[in-house]
Amino acid sequence: MNDTNGRSDDVQLLTLHVNGTQHEVITEPRRTLVDVLRHDLRLTGAHVGCEHGICGACTVLVDGLPARACLMFAAQAEGAAITTVESLADPDTGELNDLQRAFTEHHALQCGFCTPGFLMLAQGFLARQPEADREEIKEIVASNLCRCTGYQSIVEAIDSCARTRRAQRAAGTEGTPPCN
Amino acid sequence: MSGTVRQGKNVKPAPFRYHRARDLEGATALLAELGDDAKVLAGGQSLVAMMNFRLARPAHLVDIAGLRELDRLGVGADGGLRIGALTTHHTVETAPAHTLGAGFDVIRDAMAWIGHLPIRTRGTVGGSIAHGDPTAEWCLLAVLLDAEFVARGPGGRRRFRADEFFFGYYTTALRPDEILEEIVFPRPAPHAALTEFAERRGDFALVSCAVDLDVDGGAVRGGRVAVGGVAPTPVRVPGAEAVLAGGGSFRDCAEAASLVAPAGDAADSARYRKHLVRTLVERACEEAMSR
Repeated sequence: MNDTNGRSDDVQLLTLHVNGTQHEVITEPRRTLVDVLRHDLRLTGAHVGCEHGICGACTVLVDGLPARACLMFAAQAEGAAITTVESLADPDTGELNDLQRAFTEHHALQCGFCTPGFLMLAQGFLARQPEADREEIKEIVASNLCRCTGYQSIVEAIDSCARTRRAQRAAGTEGTPPCN
Repeated sequence: MSGTVRQGKNVKPAPFRYHRARDLEGATALLAELGDDAKVLAGGQSLVAMMNFRLARPAHLVDIAGLRELDRLGVGADGGLRIGALTTHHTVETAPAHTLGAGFDVIRDAMAWIGHLPIRTRGTVGGSIAHGDPTAEWCLLAVLLDAEFVARGPGGRRRFRADEFFFGYYTTALRPDEILEEIVFPRPAPHAALTEFAERRGDFALVSCAVDLDVDGGAVRGGRVAVGGVAPTPVRVPGAEAVLAGGGSFRDCAEAASLVAPAGDAADSARYRKHLVRTLVERACEEAMSR
């Protein structure tokens, strides 16, 4: 048995779970997740760069794991928990989370176009590997492209955030909890 | 819950109909009905990129990601590693030792060469094999280690050996109405290694090389050598294997492997590729021996 959603020029109804909120979207099947996030849900944090999986500006978390939102159709994201950069800051106060603050403190961005992708890459990575060392962080940031700041400061920001989180865990005084 | 949103355009791929498979039988029946205009969508890490470029314009996509029975990984009673086609590269690279089994470290370690983490979390083993990229790590591993593939079609199951599956660039023995179900690596390869070279980490490899040594009492008795990026499919190199069987050095084996006469293209010359094969085969031999 198969569900057939719409004709080629037709639209389909999708239910997406983004940042803890359920959204219903009527869209063509050929729309990628990043396009639906940006144009339909107005979550413009995930950026559209290369649209073929090279640059990583569109990186979001799918069930907690970093993924390219340009290499998924929105329909493929049904049933998954999608997390975007908009989830990082405090929803009430707008205060940046610890990872975002580390990027600011370490000058890990210049034009900022790649930043949401790097933040979500690091967020997903550190959630899985909180003990990651500098070498592992270097390896992981190779996933995404930055064309102005260079990677050194991004590595420092992520490393600093990881260290702070570890220290807080060791002291049993968690500050800003990692999102998801 | 927010209100229902209606969209504008902003699309890259050509239009298609999206079908979500509920079970394998239904999916193959649907593929048979739709014919050549349909493509199977698994992780989409190659297909969606090609559709964004409109290099691929299927009229129908059959999304099989919901067939969770194809997401499995484990060693069978016969000692072979059985991988469900929808298992992601990331699942393989993070599999606990008892799941992957002794002697399959070469497969786990090869995962780091596949794209980047956000690609590996979505891309699937079956998708990579069915896509048939000549430099794909899974295709090379399959050719090196005599993997077997199980495909399901409307008429039932068909089994393939890796050496009869890859026909050429992105062309395999799979029929349009068949879906890969399982990839089987029949025996452990405790002294095997894969290495490759790309201009940038995570890019498609210019050349990839893998070896599987037969080691007995600390000495090499023979082995298999496979190279990707020099032909329309990954190839075994009998000349290099003969050197190993004859007790030759890794350097001589690599020299023999470099005679696969790679074709040059816009990216680099044939001579450069030959040099890469020589370097990478020797490196893979040393790494395999050190396991």
